[in-house]
Amino acid sequence: MGASRRSTALVVISTALVALWVILAAFPFLWTLWGSFKVQGDFFSRSDWMNALTGPLTQEQTGGAFTGQGYWGAWVESGFWRNVVNTGIVVVCTVVISLTLGTLGGYALARSGFRYAFWLLMIALVFRAMPHITLVSGYLLPFFEWNLWGHLPTAIIVLVAINQPFTLWMLHSFFLNIPKDLDESAMVDGCTRFQAFRHVIMPVMWPGVITTGLFSFLLAYNDFAVTAMLLSSENQTMVPRIASFLGSVQQEGNVMFAVAAVVSATAPLFVLILFFQRQIVSGLTAGAVKG
Amino acid sequence: MPHRTFLWFILPSLTAMILFIALPIVSVVIQSLHVEHEQVLVTVENCGPFGCTEETRVDRAATEALREAQPLGRFNGLGTYLDRRHLATAEVAEAWRSSETMGQFWGRLMNLPFYKALAFTLAYTFIVTPLVLVLGLAIALGVNGLPRLMRGPTIFFSLLPMIVTPLIGSLVLFWMIDADGVIGATLARLFDDPNLSLKASPTLTWITIFVYGVWHSAPFAFIVFYAGLQTVPEETLEAAMIDGANRWERIRYVVIPHLMPLAVFITLMQLMDNFRVFEPIVGFQAQASATSLSYIIYSDLRGDVQQFGSAAATSVLTILGVAILLAPVLVRTWRDFNRKRA
Repeated sequence: MGASRRSTALVVISTALVALWVILAAFPFLWTLWGSFKVQGDFFSRSDWMNALTGPLTQEQTGGAFTGQGYWGAWVESGFWRNVVNTGIVVVCTVVISLTLGTLGGYALARSGFRYAFWLLMIALVFRAMPHITLVSGYLLPFFEWNLWGHLPTAIIVLVAINQPFTLWMLHSFFLNIPKDLDESAMVDGCTRFQAFRHVIMPVMWPGVITTGLFSFLLAYNDFAVTAMLLSSENQTMVPRIASFLGSVQQEGNVMFAVAAVVSATAPLFVLILFFQRQIVSGLTAGAVKG
Repeated sequence: MPHRTFLWFILPSLTAMILFIALPIVSVVIQSLHVEHEQVLVTVENCGPFGCTEETRVDRAATEALREAQPLGRFNGLGTYLDRRHLATAEVAEAWRSSETMGQFWGRLMNLPFYKALAFTLAYTFIVTPLVLVLGLAIALGVNGLPRLMRGPTIFFSLLPMIVTPLIGSLVLFWMIDADGVIGATLARLFDDPNLSLKASPTLTWITIFVYGVWHSAPFAFIVFYAGLQTVPEETLEAAMIDGANRWERIRYVVIPHLMPLAVFITLMQLMDNFRVFEPIVGFQAQASATSLSYIIYSDLRGDVQQFGSAAATSVLTILGVAILLAPVLVRTWRDFNRKRA
């Protein structure tokens, strides 16, 4: 398909479409990032939206073009740092446990030729479709009864379980790409199945594990339904905390605390895409392109 | 792999799924058949100088004790399913009898919380999913035509709406369409109507959430289609060109058939994810005009008095909805699987 054969009009239209999409995708985040360093009167300015860019009220109230008031208020005054720490704990534990269980299970599913392996994958697909909040409604009463409610480990193990169907599918498709001869020859040389898995297969599986880990990370980091319902207020993670910010903050006129918290929670995701764009793209297509 | 080894490898993962996905489903079914205890009433006789009066009071201690002993509540059969807040059989029958036109019946139906949520959930699922497919394909074709250097940054920015936490993404948009936000204030000025608010009208709220949904999911379709475009068979394209197919015909007869399996994959994922639409309603604070099935479960569980029975009944109905949605896929897979074995 030579580029010369394309009409100029088509190129212009399709480039314009892509440009429009990029603006739609990026502008809201850049706008909020910029605005989070202004005072509320500028970011929410009825008279002139340019105020959010130039910040006349910010100049007036704080003496500078930018202010860190929102961040100070959120992180220090409202104790958002504690939620950041909780999110860190939940996310790291969820990813590590999910990958440990998922690699074992995914490997077994990829290497078993029996019919039940296929049906397990189908059941996992059905489990993946379950709305998380319906599962939460199943947990709450038993967790209250057994005093499991409100603790970080409870949320972690629940997130691991919810993560499993997806993790199994993805790792299974990565394991299918590794030739069977590899582990079989290791076993001929006297390895047990587990030793072959541990010393021969895992070293070549790292790209797949990292990609799957990214998606486990996203699921745990972005979760709202599970963490909002299963964690007590002192153990809350970032996303439910931001949601509860909204109620309290609007009455006090501290919307900028919430804006700053939102930008703080977006920043790690931004960095993640920056470094792992290739893995994210390959992960999204892993399930689809290979069948 | 022998059965025994297979079992040991899959055991941890399977245990997690059985304990925290399969058993909760059983748990919601059991909970949905029960309802909170009624308060224990006692009749006390108060005798004073002017004779005796009987008074009925709530026996707090006895009620507490009963709740303690049977946390599930009392057995209610299908009562919760049929009440006003769920399938509302009596109300629907009444509305059907007394409404003269379909419009009137529909209006009454939309006053019932379950049907209102179901209507929004289905509308969201079946409007957003096709739009995501179309927009994703359009962006993928556009990006595929860009010079190679430009593609990386384009993909970077495109991923943002999808990767960012749904609640946070909807909040960011919510602040922009606020009456004092950049889009809200500009629209009000454009239409010269200071009271214009995207949040006040139910229709506009629905549209806002649909727009959010497309914005959030289009990157997924785009990336999958874009990856598919990299593997379009060159020879077929060239053969089509030699046969005189123009650009549109090449897309229609070569590219789209090649992308069909991917479109099926995206549709499946989108149906599953859109059916559980939930965070945008919290983020856009839209519960007055738009509620989804997930949202009404959430609000039952969050209220001052947690209504486990009610939430569980809605959950069971939602799970049935998911099952109906997935049925065609499962039936097709079952057929393919049997054909392969035959």
